[in-house]
Amino acid sequence: MTTTKSKVVYSPVFTDGAEFRIPTFKLLKQDGSLYKSAKAPDLDKEKALRIYRAMVTTRILDERMLAAQRQGRLSFYMQCTGEEAAVIGSTAALDDSDMIMAQYREQGALAYRGFSIDEFMNQLFGNELDYGKGRQMPVHYGSKKLHYMTISSPLATQIPQATGYAYGQKMAGEGHCTITYFGEGAASEGDFHAALNMAAVHRVPVIFLCRNNGYAISTPAAEQFAADGVAPRAYGYKMDVIRVDGNDILAMYQATQEARKLAVEHNRPVLIEAMSYRLAAHSSSDDPSGYRSKDEEAVWREKDPILRMRLWLESLKWWSEDDEKQLQENMRREVLETMKRAQKRPPPALDTLVTDVYDDVPPHLAEQFEKVKAHIRKYPDEYPKSAEHAKGGA
Amino acid sequence: MSKMNMLQAINNALDTAMAENEKVLCFGEDVGVFGGVFRATSNLQQKYGKARCFNTPLVEQGIIGFANGLAAQGSVPVAEIQFADYIFPAFDQIVNESAKFRYRSGNLFDVGGLTIRAPYGGGIAGGLYHSQSPEAYFAHTPGLKIVVPRNPHQAKGLLLGAIHDPNPTLFFEPKRMYRASVGEVPDEDYRLPLGEAEVIKEGSDITLLGWGAQMEVIEKAVEMAEKEGISCEVIDLRTILPWDVETVANSVFKTGRLVVTHEAPLTGGFAGEIAATIQDRCFLYLESPIARVTGIDTPFPLVLEKEHLPNHLKVYEAIRASVDF
Ligand SMILES: Cc1ncc(C[n+]2csc(CCOP(=O)(O)OP(=O)(O)O)c2C)c(N)n1
Repeated sequence: MTTTKSKVVYSPVFTDGAEFRIPTFKLLKQDGSLYKSAKAPDLDKEKALRIYRAMVTTRILDERMLAAQRQGRLSFYMQCTGEEAAVIGSTAALDDSDMIMAQYREQGALAYRGFSIDEFMNQLFGNELDYGKGRQMPVHYGSKKLHYMTISSPLATQIPQATGYAYGQKMAGEGHCTITYFGEGAASEGDFHAALNMAAVHRVPVIFLCRNNGYAISTPAAEQFAADGVAPRAYGYKMDVIRVDGNDILAMYQATQEARKLAVEHNRPVLIEAMSYRLAAHSSSDDPSGYRSKDEEAVWREKDPILRMRLWLESLKWWSEDDEKQLQENMRREVLETMKRAQKRPPPALDTLVTDVYDDVPPHLAEQFEKVKAHIRKYPDEYPKSAEHAKGGA
Repeated sequence: MSKMNMLQAINNALDTAMAENEKVLCFGEDVGVFGGVFRATSNLQQKYGKARCFNTPLVEQGIIGFANGLAAQGSVPVAEIQFADYIFPAFDQIVNESAKFRYRSGNLFDVGGLTIRAPYGGGIAGGLYHSQSPEAYFAHTPGLKIVVPRNPHQAKGLLLGAIHDPNPTLFFEPKRMYRASVGEVPDEDYRLPLGEAEVIKEGSDITLLGWGAQMEVIEKAVEMAEKEGISCEVIDLRTILPWDVETVANSVFKTGRLVVTHEAPLTGGFAGEIAATIQDRCFLYLESPIARVTGIDTPFPLVLEKEHLPNHLKVYEAIRASVDF
């Protein structure tokens, strides 16, 4: 049986869907005032400042760590500059124990949930305290405590996983949902389409949050899709969708708050397309001057989401010049001090080479490991990081 | 002749192929105006236009499915997968479609014009998702050819060989060597044959066999061994599938010893296939067990990358153990 109930016509009628123009939801102007008929969401001072502090933390962390990469202290880094409101605004609208499945540019969500600068640094330097045991490249964070799934590099793989995770949450009946973040580039992957379709069919409490930041490495959005962005795809799956000004913290917050209601209370999955711009390079290995103009970047620099929020906070007298100065100074100091500490810590122990492949180290791997250790004992100077650890054993 | 690094040689090969045949197309993620994240396709869009060299949306299964269709139509697609680690979303299109097009249609249709390029391998601080060597997964699939070059000269000749080969071919490029390997490359069109290994150095005591980035590792190990008077024969397999059993077996008849090395994990790695075949062919000539020097059976690590990788010292130890057996 087909579930398509369509109207019948007697001459061919084609449609490309262009009649569906998805509006963009905005509340806050760049000068920190609200649009005329806009009403601020219910966001108290404490939460607003928690959001703002996370935004500033992320910005400072990004600046410092990119500099650290340039100085050769760090192998690699990815910034989220320009997209702080899209990520932090949405995370803040959730319950702190809702699940987050991110792509890689969502350090803001972790900062908001309380991931410490120490925890960021340990991962970035892959030292013995890194939860991921120095196995993944920098920025592949994860935190069980903060309900933040460890990042995987293959793009879009987290999106159908989010659908599955959220289905489990629905079955468990605890009133939680999952949010998954991804770029407009990753939304081209098959995994994205599979995830939305399954979520809609099975009425899964999941929020799909597309950060449409204009570029996937060098590929501009216009070469990523022919349609009006990513949002219209939701129609094809019969899913609720909203497009939001991704640099508007209040709009992001409110849209996600309502999306969460739809997801958790009505089991309706939601797609949110946050329109923003990747102000920084794709990563520390990328040079955007090869594919876009400084003028284009300058236009977006004017739309800084952090400044926009700060002006709003100041208009409410929730924030002052002094508060800003103090936060900036403290945060810069903390980042620098923590970085020095993290850099000095030893690397993960040698046996992390073979643990966690399975629940236990199987015999064939144990045997291979003994050979590796014997080899390192023979050439200790060649393996300075692990020579000490190789001393034990047969 | 011009001095080129491996990326320039690959770029030059693509340029050569596109100049010669307008049916050759290059595409993939970031391949267009930017020239690819490693710049292997630099300037090709400027030279041949957006219709023949272009960015695709970010979807590997789409890239290869599209390439299969193009090749079936008679075009000559050279599709880039940005990192070999990201070839797996396209696994079905490659393993079930590219590989079986000719067979299932009784040769009514084929995708012989298809070449898939992908940077592979470790040693670049890339961790588990930017370091894999996936050749063995594909070597289990009849119908594909798999090629791995070791230096710029080989890269240009083998890539042109792959583009002109009437079978779908995977071309895995050792990204660690992209800029590190520099050498003289002929400016004109030349094609190296697929399916033929190359004896790089003759010797009498032991055969060393590898491909791609491991060839540099082997050379260093051989230098150490030869200082001790061990005469080494060195073979670059060049094509993993179908591989040149004859050349390897003939070498082992002579030396009686074989060390095979690759970066991929031991279990199910292609060295196992080689060891089994050579043992079958050369059993009575073998003076010692065939040795495999490979990555261990774990995902690729980051901080402990050096411990994991099969380096020259590990290969040297295997040579010693084999000779002293
Ligand atoms: C399956 C897969 N293919 C390719 C890559 C390489 N890659 C890493 S990031 C990236 C671009 C992603 O762009 P987008 O999803 O728009 O996110 P943004 O970087 O703009 O935040 C690509 C192609 C990958 N990680 N995974």
